[in-house]
Amino acid sequence: IACLIMYLFAEFDDAANLLAANPDATTISIDEPVEIPKNQHSRLQEPGREEDDELLGTDDSDKTELLAGQKKSAPFWTFDYYQTFFDVDTYQVLDRIKGSVFPVPGKNFVRLYIRSNPDLYGPFWICATLVFTIAVSGNLSNFFIHLGKPTYRYVPEFRKVSIAATTIYAYAWLVPLALWGFLMWRNSKVMNIVSYSFLEIVCVYGYSLFIYIPTAMLWIIPQRVVRWVLVVFSLCLSGSVLVMTFWPAVRDDNRRIAVATVATILLLHALLAVGCLAYFFDAPELDIPAPIIPAHNSTTKVVLEQ
Amino acid sequence: FPGLADVSISQDIPVEGEITVPVGSQSPDDDYSTLDEPVKDTIMRDLKAVGKKFVHVMYPRKSSALLRDWDLWGPLVLCVSLALMLQGGSADSKDDGGPQFAEVFVIIWFGAVVITLNSKLLGGTISFFQSLCVLGYCVMPLTVAMLVCRLVLLAGAGTVSFIVRLIVVGAMFAWSTLASTAFLADSQPPNRKALVVYPIFLFYFVISWMILTFTPQ
Repeated sequence: IACLIMYLFAEFDDAANLLAANPDATTISIDEPVEIPKNQHSRLQEPGREEDDELLGTDDSDKTELLAGQKKSAPFWTFDYYQTFFDVDTYQVLDRIKGSVFPVPGKNFVRLYIRSNPDLYGPFWICATLVFTIAVSGNLSNFFIHLGKPTYRYVPEFRKVSIAATTIYAYAWLVPLALWGFLMWRNSKVMNIVSYSFLEIVCVYGYSLFIYIPTAMLWIIPQRVVRWVLVVFSLCLSGSVLVMTFWPAVRDDNRRIAVATVATILLLHALLAVGCLAYFFDAPELDIPAPIIPAHNSTTKVVLEQ
Repeated sequence: FPGLADVSISQDIPVEGEITVPVGSQSPDDDYSTLDEPVKDTIMRDLKAVGKKFVHVMYPRKSSALLRDWDLWGPLVLCVSLALMLQGGSADSKDDGGPQFAEVFVIIWFGAVVITLNSKLLGGTISFFQSLCVLGYCVMPLTVAMLVCRLVLLAGAGTVSFIVRLIVVGAMFAWSTLASTAFLADSQPPNRKALVVYPIFLFYFVISWMILTFTPQ
């Protein structure tokens, strides 16, 4: 993982050099009306964001970005306000999922796929699916592991569903909240080129959890090696999406703080995967053969007596 | 009224007539006044409406009867009977057993509310209670599956019974999902249909899982 991170840092250093060399690049800034307070910081960074867009490629020409400026104007107590967070079509959701599973090196997930249209559909339903996938897969895996044993009775373990739900929803909402607060605080100290709104961070985290759904299904296989390989593989994929998203947001900061932030993000992500594996999936044991020593003793006794 | 200032009635013309309100039996209010009918009629009417909706779920056609006159009696009855039948599962400790009554109730109702909110947020034109009504009534095939499973489990709990239960639950899950999709998909914008159908699929999958993993004491 360290090699991957160093490689990614090199990529972003290149991008930063390009930006430094071309500060007068013409940008198109899209006017957006005054929005709710938590979006204001990212609006202030508008010109810088457009430059990043140019560097990262704007090959997706959907008009929703042009219309994005006119949509978020309803007050927060109306139903229409929340409807703006579900303004996605099927193909957009599928594109975002694809982007989280196949991260393209150098491309920022938020800039490329979310593009000022963060949605809550993806994070919410991916988390719901993940909760039930982990609970069902854990149950199935335990069933297959303990199948032959005579003392085993199948239990549905329904309590674990609520535990899984609490854990995953807490991770998908509280960690972005903490990260957003931290980034806002650092923003007030150091002017960053790239900064994200709270919903964009929730979006990235939600979509990055998608890879764990097939991973959880494959964790049914009761081989320790297979499970750990899956953990490392999915961690690399979703971790790289997160790193590529958040490294541009912290790289202008103090080097140590930037590295510490990215390391914490990865650590929490790894903790989630390993914790789910440890809690919901019993360890696959090897079968212990029945002890044969007492029988051996009695036969030797018989021989001696004769 | 300045224009009427100079209207006057001559003293010679008598002003007389009759003011009567015809009390006829053709006033439309009588048809809707159900206060005087026998209680049996009232109950039978509601029961017939519920029964008609059950038939609509059994043979899902694109009829609007289910949507127009929504009621939540059917979903309530189905939910309670499903939750009751899911009781009595085996558990070594409280933590390992199947869902409790309250958990089933909450999952069904909270799940239906969340799916309805989801479809409305995505731009659906169906009303809140109509959607709840459809989702609740389409739980019926799964309730039938639960009944069949309990009967099969009375006969034994081996591999054969598991395969029979798996087939029955799988078929009823497909039926529920298709029935509710037939009713709800039309009210969605066309480029978001899959986004609305997927949560319904997940909802019935979870209920099917609870039914399939039910193991008796």
